[in-house]
Amino acid sequence: MSRYSALRIVREAMRRHAGWGRAWGSPEPRRRYKVVIVGAGGHGLATAYYLGRNYGITDVAVLEKGWLGGGNTGRNTTIIRSNYLQDPSAAIYEKSRALYEDLSQELNFNVMFSPRGVMMLAQTEHEVRGYKRTVQANALQSVATEWIGPERVKELCPIIRIDGPRYPVLGAHWQPRGGTARHDAVAWGYARKCSEMGMHIVERCAVTGVRTEGGRVQGVETSRGSIDCESLCLVVAGHSGELAQMAGFRLPIESVPLQALVSEPIKPCMDVVVMANTVHGYMSQSDKGEMVIGGGTDGYNAYTQRGSFHHIEETVRALVETFPMLSRLKVLRQWGGIVDMTGDRSPIIGRAPVRGIYLNCGWGTGGFKAIPGSGWATAELVATGASGPLAADFGLERFREGRFIDESVAAGVAH
Amino acid sequence: MLTLRCPCCGVLADETELAPGGTAHLRREGPEASDEAFEAYMFLRDNPRGVHFERWRHAFGCGKWFHAARCTVTNEVFGTYPAQTAAPPEEVLEAIRRRRPEWER
Repeated sequence: MSRYSALRIVREAMRRHAGWGRAWGSPEPRRRYKVVIVGAGGHGLATAYYLGRNYGITDVAVLEKGWLGGGNTGRNTTIIRSNYLQDPSAAIYEKSRALYEDLSQELNFNVMFSPRGVMMLAQTEHEVRGYKRTVQANALQSVATEWIGPERVKELCPIIRIDGPRYPVLGAHWQPRGGTARHDAVAWGYARKCSEMGMHIVERCAVTGVRTEGGRVQGVETSRGSIDCESLCLVVAGHSGELAQMAGFRLPIESVPLQALVSEPIKPCMDVVVMANTVHGYMSQSDKGEMVIGGGTDGYNAYTQRGSFHHIEETVRALVETFPMLSRLKVLRQWGGIVDMTGDRSPIIGRAPVRGIYLNCGWGTGGFKAIPGSGWATAELVATGASGPLAADFGLERFREGRFIDESVAAGVAH
Repeated sequence: MLTLRCPCCGVLADETELAPGGTAHLRREGPEASDEAFEAYMFLRDNPRGVHFERWRHAFGCGKWFHAARCTVTNEVFGTYPAQTAAPPEEVLEAIRRRRPEWER
């Protein structure tokens, strides 16, 4: 596969763009691989990529039941930040954010990382105290964040109303190097590099069964035949429960829909990401001009990929009060993704109860920002059979041992 | 919008009138339970893609807890029943089998 460059664009323009070729191959699956990864979303592809890049393991297949990046990777609101309270979270999310900084150069694919700054509004006294505490924690974790007052919030984001009657802005937790990236491009960029290393990305290949023998994984049954493997890595977000059931164990995970929506495109009016956790809404403006708005999760388990409509009303109602100019905008589209919520709202990276099976799941409502760091940590786990420092605290056993990484308090709902 | 009939007061309620209460029929583990048993009770869930038995509260109505059997993929409701039971009643199971012949509990 040839390199993308400015020169290449000029050259292709001269010959009617006939020479671009496919970014990744679509091979027939072989009967056997060293590592099979289920799920060609961001996390699965990043795991494959770092397996090749950091450990030289390229006998890898990434199986995807739909199309590449068509799950939550293509459904999130693309926010990247690492301003977490707990040390293990801050470590993995900051690693991830740092990898995003030069991901375009690394993948030779423009992922449009835009470190435009993320502010988390404090709209209650409780949040003021919570975020000030998180700012102090971040200072100890070497994550650059600061506490800013309402005037600075208004300066950074002039369309905010800071003196609303119900939800006044009392300040914000500001991470200047947080931001957004093009979500599809992240999946495509990793896929292209994986394909270049000789890995197989097999789309429209649903896993229908997991074969185990004597407590050890042997392979998977798929809609495109049986595949043997030494290691199996499940990276399927909201569908982790189904895959776990096939392999004969249960997970501390429940699947719920999380919704997002975009407005019609308007001229640039907001160049930061704003999260308002009290009202369960967060917003940024895409490069196309749409206001990208994320809402809350449904309160009950579902796999519907659309979610309950009244959540949209609640989100929009609250955001309109904080951003009065939104009231005249039309909603262009709305969609939902199935997120995998764990008991402590932190992810699971670790060994499954079946030998040879590795888990990367439980990212819940906040997986996109973690893609590079999660792939990095999971690749280490799969390659060496043991978690490195980034993933050590995220093992499945923490629920039995009571070592929770309790971010549900720190992050509220938007995550 | 999801609607459930409250078996306590008989009202057909919108989901905005109800508070979801998670998976039903979990058996609480006592003080002598092993760590594994308590983990299973506290955290491990079947999280089925299909028929799910769950708890609801008619929060903005009669205020009572009840149970529902619902499909998590289509949101089809097979039936609701009062909370004073450790297992779903036969008529609800029958309703599920009628609609999902391949379903096994």
